[in-house]
Amino acid sequence: MATNHEPDVPANHNENRRTFLKQSSLLTALALVPGPVVSAAEAKLDERVAEAIEQIPLSLKVNGKKLKLKVEPRTTLLDLLRENLHLTGTKKGCDYGQCGACTVHVDGQRVNSCLSFAVMHDGQEITTIEGLAEGDKLHPMQEAFVKHDGFQCGYCTPGQIMSAVACVREGHAGSETEIREYMSGNICRCGAYSNIVAAIQDVKSGGQKV
Amino acid sequence: MNAPEKKIGAPMNRVDGRQKVTGAAKYSAEYELPNMAYAVLVGSTVTKGRLSSIDTKDAERAPGVLAVITHLNAPKAPGVKPTGKDPSQPQTVGSALQVFMDDKIRFNDQPIAVVVANTLERARFAARLVRAQYAKEKHQTNLEANKANAFLPTQAKKNPKSPAADYQRGEVDAYKTGALKLEAEYVIPTEVHHPMELQAITAHWEAPDRLTLYDKTQGTMATRRDFARQWGLPEENVKVIATYVGGAFGNALHSWPHESAAIIAAKVVNRPVKLMLTREQMFTMVGYRPHTWQKIGMSATADGKITAITHESIGQTSTYEEFVEATLGQTKMMYQSPNLTTRYRLAALDVGSPIWMRGPGEATGAFALESAMDEMAFLLNIDPMEFRLRNYTDQDPEKNRPWSSKFLKECYQAGAQRVGWNKRQLKPGSLRDGEWFIGYGMGVGTFGAHRGSSKASAQLLPDGTVLLQSAVTDIGPGTGTAMTQIAADTLGLPPEKIRFEWGNSDFAQAPTQGGSAIVNTVGPAVQEVCMALKDKLRELAATSNGAFATAKKEDVSFADNHLTLAGNSTARATYADLVRQAGGKAVTVESKPSGEGQKFSMYSFSVHFAEVRVHELTGEVRVSKLISCADAGTIINEKTAGNQMKGGAVGGIGMALMEHAIIDDRFGRYVTKDLADYHVPVHADSPAIEVFFVNQPDPYVNQLGTKGIGEIATIGVAPAIANAVFNATGKRVRELPITPDKLV
Repeated sequence: MATNHEPDVPANHNENRRTFLKQSSLLTALALVPGPVVSAAEAKLDERVAEAIEQIPLSLKVNGKKLKLKVEPRTTLLDLLRENLHLTGTKKGCDYGQCGACTVHVDGQRVNSCLSFAVMHDGQEITTIEGLAEGDKLHPMQEAFVKHDGFQCGYCTPGQIMSAVACVREGHAGSETEIREYMSGNICRCGAYSNIVAAIQDVKSGGQKV
Repeated sequence: MNAPEKKIGAPMNRVDGRQKVTGAAKYSAEYELPNMAYAVLVGSTVTKGRLSSIDTKDAERAPGVLAVITHLNAPKAPGVKPTGKDPSQPQTVGSALQVFMDDKIRFNDQPIAVVVANTLERARFAARLVRAQYAKEKHQTNLEANKANAFLPTQAKKNPKSPAADYQRGEVDAYKTGALKLEAEYVIPTEVHHPMELQAITAHWEAPDRLTLYDKTQGTMATRRDFARQWGLPEENVKVIATYVGGAFGNALHSWPHESAAIIAAKVVNRPVKLMLTREQMFTMVGYRPHTWQKIGMSATADGKITAITHESIGQTSTYEEFVEATLGQTKMMYQSPNLTTRYRLAALDVGSPIWMRGPGEATGAFALESAMDEMAFLLNIDPMEFRLRNYTDQDPEKNRPWSSKFLKECYQAGAQRVGWNKRQLKPGSLRDGEWFIGYGMGVGTFGAHRGSSKASAQLLPDGTVLLQSAVTDIGPGTGTAMTQIAADTLGLPPEKIRFEWGNSDFAQAPTQGGSAIVNTVGPAVQEVCMALKDKLRELAATSNGAFATAKKEDVSFADNHLTLAGNSTARATYADLVRQAGGKAVTVESKPSGEGQKFSMYSFSVHFAEVRVHELTGEVRVSKLISCADAGTIINEKTAGNQMKGGAVGGIGMALMEHAIIDDRFGRYVTKDLADYHVPVHADSPAIEVFFVNQPDPYVNQLGTKGIGEIATIGVAPAIANAVFNATGKRVRELPITPDKLV
């Protein structure tokens, strides 16, 4: 006989969560956890309570828009964007930070949005592919990707473009070799690499503001 | 008025480019439906046996959970056939494995439960609370250890003319008595498609007997057919939408367990359900290029004429499905060998089923054949391109028929010149640049220029736009763009006035995208429906203006909101009138291949030339140049077609140098389970790839002259690189991938 291995999941998690609620209320946060919550926990109504208190307030600026949100602490920035904010331009390709499809800008830096929890970004400014163009006017990098056919299926494209913009801004687009090195965190399984590099070089040499 | 500029052949930007660069393109997990629920699969942790118990209580009690479905409580779809009842049945386009139907475990990570919750996080957490116990049985996952049990596929047993049957011309295994001969074994490991979009589906029962699927599939019609059959529904009650498909490379040619699971889940919770696989699950349950062993025996005369080839192959399949591919096809027809023997076998292992992966079996076979060609040329001390030219076929030696067209020699010349073949030395290890050895290699590819039947519909809209619709998908090659160009030329309209809609099973019937056959098949349908539309509009115009009644189709054109006639300035019919007369009805045609093809052998051809640099101390291989040349008939769009060629070449780099899915046979489970373990080429692995198209129309495949690109873009790349590595180092690697440990 064999069983599924679940070392980090306690045998009875519900029991455990109740214990945690009780302990945390007693030991650390009596003042923070409202009385009714503690009694609800003791009355085994904990799941409903958990649902309420597991929502963490979060302030974000996404594509220039200020948002006041409540999210579960285990929600990744990627899932928040895709599932809660319906900004599906940011793609999920691996959930492990290995493919770059989820690349967004956080305070101007490119990051893999799957690798951080949304709540870690309180007060920060997020730019996704949807926030790159100015109204109907495409960003020069978007224009260049269309012109050089820097994609096929289009799934890695938002991540490639967000990374490409950052690559130019960082000053890492000085040569074809440098671009290939600094774009290597963004996988394109269709293999449009030659065209992506051409698009980045075009933008870099075009001298437009990126 | 000047004739409009021809759009066929023009490097037009993609019609969906803007959607793709702005994030507006919606893939199958990106549709917003009211009250959406999320599903997460639970997989078996053993490889073979039975589920002895499954405990779902904790998962059911977890917050937000709507249902936990296993074989114990899953509703049974009325049309489902039991898994593995007859593995020989050709099921490779339907779903061979049925989920939650029994307690049998056939491979590691086989779905045993699906958890549905109101958020993704909750579903994911609850999935970890499902506990299963198994009655384990001894499993087999190692191909090498199971070669002795390999068998002839049932389809070949039943039909000696099947491409999978043993093939013979001249004497059997005649190479054995040849004066100059070689015998070598070649191995390709399991490779996984890994499109960037994870396999995903959103299933929505709009009524108890109406199902809508937003699905990652290469064939909206095939998926519709399969699930309509499973659920006992009329086909028109099932709608499959796949407008954008985030790459597939073959892995969406099949219906897979997760699709059935999502549909069952949506039925149980009576809400739309979204299910996206994890990258780890992409290894285990949505197909792969099968681990394949091959052996080639070849003999030749001293002046470089091949006298005999024997090519044998054993590919892995699952226990519940006989997966067959054309591994030995290229060997039968590429070179003029009077004696030729092929034997194709399968070994059934306790793994998920394979599925065609770009270039499919032909790419596997070409690795062996084109490596052997290089080995024989070396034995004979002849330049490998010269050796291929001495054995060039001017007609198909397998079917004894002329080629419909073949411009492979032109490809050889173009590629050799571009890569700098004249620098290549016969003696390996002759060229170096500091610590790097430099070598040159070539590999040839071919794939059938297939054309099937397809419908297309066309309709004039009041604004003068022509709306075309086809159920075909566009998984990345630019199908929508190519079809728009074909329609623009046929109608004499600018492409902005054409709207081609695709990826919906409600549209005009079209085949599954795959096998390099879509432009060959749907292209003529689009062309013919545009001609039919013009003629229909001419007929309608004739009711008010007699000049149209006798007009020739080619004289009819569109200008300034009117249908007009060349040479007759009074013959004008407004779009508004024509649209009203047409009563909102579209014109639909079906286009079928003519019988003429039977007289010819129809293939696309490619040759790839690689320059590699191999570090003398570390064994690191860098592909410094890659030139891909194709005889693919007419090129509809040089920009997108060139991109497709480059992409196939990148796939070939992965095949040659890095891709390797590894199972730990003790547990039957993949140890490569993400993209950090399973390497695919990144930007830094790819040189600037150069593409050459002969761009000569094929007179017989169809009226457009196209032959297909997708597969030949990959077939022959891996051996070109392997041969270049040999030329650089003198080391012949016959087992892919060529990792540094094999060179130091």
